[in-house]
Amino acid sequence: MTNSVEIKNLDLQFGAIKVLQDLNLEIGKGEFLVLLGSSGCGKSTLLNCIAGLLDVSGGQIHINGTNVTWAEPSERGIGMVFQSYALYPQMTVEGNLSFGLKNAKLPKSQIESRIKRAAEVLQIEPLLKRKPAALSGGQRQRVAIGRALVRDVDVFLFDEPLSNLDAKLRADLRVEIKRLHHSLQNTMIYVTHDQIEAMTLADRIAIMRGGQIMQLGSPDEIYGRPVNKYVADFIGSPSMNFLEGKINEGAFHVGDLVIPLERYAFAGGGPVNGDTTIGIRPEHVVTGELVGNAPFQVDVEISLIEPTGSDTLVDCKVAGKHFRVRMDGQSRVSVGEKLRIGINPAMASLFDLKSELRL
Amino acid sequence: MVDTTSHTFTGPHGPKPRKAFSRRNIFLYGTLLVVTLYYALPLYIMIVTSLKGMPEIRMGNIFAPPLEVTFEPWVKAWSQACTGLTCDGLSTGFWNSVRITIPSVILSIIIASVNGYALANWKFKGANVFFTILIFGAFIPYQVMLYPIVIMLREIGLYGSLTGLVIVHTVFGMPILTLLFRNYFSSLPEELFKAARVDGAGFWGIYFRIMVPMSLPIFTVAMILQVTGIWNDFLFGVVYTGPESYPMTVSLNNIVNSSQGVKEYNVNMAATILTGLVPLTIYFVSGKLFVRGIAAGAVKG
Repeated sequence: MTNSVEIKNLDLQFGAIKVLQDLNLEIGKGEFLVLLGSSGCGKSTLLNCIAGLLDVSGGQIHINGTNVTWAEPSERGIGMVFQSYALYPQMTVEGNLSFGLKNAKLPKSQIESRIKRAAEVLQIEPLLKRKPAALSGGQRQRVAIGRALVRDVDVFLFDEPLSNLDAKLRADLRVEIKRLHHSLQNTMIYVTHDQIEAMTLADRIAIMRGGQIMQLGSPDEIYGRPVNKYVADFIGSPSMNFLEGKINEGAFHVGDLVIPLERYAFAGGGPVNGDTTIGIRPEHVVTGELVGNAPFQVDVEISLIEPTGSDTLVDCKVAGKHFRVRMDGQSRVSVGEKLRIGINPAMASLFDLKSELRL
Repeated sequence: MVDTTSHTFTGPHGPKPRKAFSRRNIFLYGTLLVVTLYYALPLYIMIVTSLKGMPEIRMGNIFAPPLEVTFEPWVKAWSQACTGLTCDGLSTGFWNSVRITIPSVILSIIIASVNGYALANWKFKGANVFFTILIFGAFIPYQVMLYPIVIMLREIGLYGSLTGLVIVHTVFGMPILTLLFRNYFSSLPEELFKAARVDGAGFWGIYFRIMVPMSLPIFTVAMILQVTGIWNDFLFGVVYTGPESYPMTVSLNNIVNSSQGVKEYNVNMAATILTGLVPLTIYFVSGKLFVRGIAAGAVKG
């Protein structure tokens, strides 16, 4: 048994609404899995089911080889960190950390040593005697992580733990969670709607939509080979450019433009003909002296420029459609200027126009 | 901050002066004054009258302060005034009311808070139906249930006793108190409850160690509502208890409405103030918490 968490045919209904449908998921020991999706996709619901805070309508949940589908949350060997920290306001930090251990009737010496260790790991020792109201957002979330840590469990569940923090603190704590995972080697299941968090933290990402998992794979796979147009559109910022056209004789035709597809790795092995959408990431479009090497080149007129410091985003039209290109932040371009851009079809994604599945 | 412009600008400065006797202010404070008088005047008359002797009252100047202050009416109201056959004033009624109010308040708050907690957090099967029925109960007029309850109390042998009245008060406090507690507990972050469950706390563990310590304002509100409601109750008191266990309100009525002898206005006034003193004290002591709790409970429905 190498899987830490196994979810089999999980169903969850609220009245007539199916929130989770026939969901299967296996999470390896020590794996960092991120559940990613827009709000209402069922990712937090799934996490609550794993935690035992929601009763499932069908299917099974196994943790460390034991069927825990109907076990109490505290008996599942999980620790959980919530978005709103959920610290008990009337207790000190120490009280918050020890609450679960006292409920488990652990001897006092063991409670003390575990709190001491968790406080060291998270650097919250000076805060132990304080109440949550006297802590900053980042400190509160540290304590919340500590509360999961002291339980000494195999599986950590994170429910959007960083969403309430400001951008800088979020980046700091993200690194800290990653470091924690490296040192503890626990299984971690992490829910977020932030793709940067997902990409940086995850061993594997599960993209969810409408109560189902659209794609499960490493961040590279999700980014490089999205299984459908939804995933392609969801991952990446700025988002992917899409052009609708036709594949004919091994090339993609849109308007008068013909994009050769010799280097594109088709999922089925060979090229397919028919109505297709091509997806090209703004960062995969080349400009300047690199254009010469690209299999496909086209001249465009710049209609808008968005400098972000490190990058400059350029808006233009390709085959009459809105198209974005990411250029270096040092590029000196101006609106109305002509620009030659190059595209490497090997980096693009092709989707069937109707089914929106990857070709 | 240093105001650099004041050196160069020599004209009048500072905030724009406001007229104290603007039309708006006269209207506003005038209205407030009239309303205040409207409420304060009866209280003033009561206090003044209760400190006068009967000869002075008969002179008829009800607004005039007492020429000669006497506390005799207060003493008489407390320990000598006649209620029907017995003549020991309000004191018996007072202690009856205390013995009714304290257990009723404690019992109803304990039960209602657990009800509200279960309804808000444990969403058990049929919780909504149960809650709807309970709320519906709040709209049934008391009068409809008076006689059925007489029969029920008689059958279990509690009719005419303080215990019976305590049970009645506890039951009738349930709908509004449960609603109050349920709404308050629903307004607390749900994740706290989830975190406590993950931490292995059970139904009572979460109630006593997480929920109750966070709910002082709403417990205060419930206490004030119940103390004033039960203390001021007359109907249940007169129906469900006997003459030797009448609450203070009933004693007061018997003193004030006695048809024998002269009307002792000063004693009546003193007795009325004495009866109202308990709710009044409660309001003064915990008014701030009361307002805070009402607001807190009202946010989420």
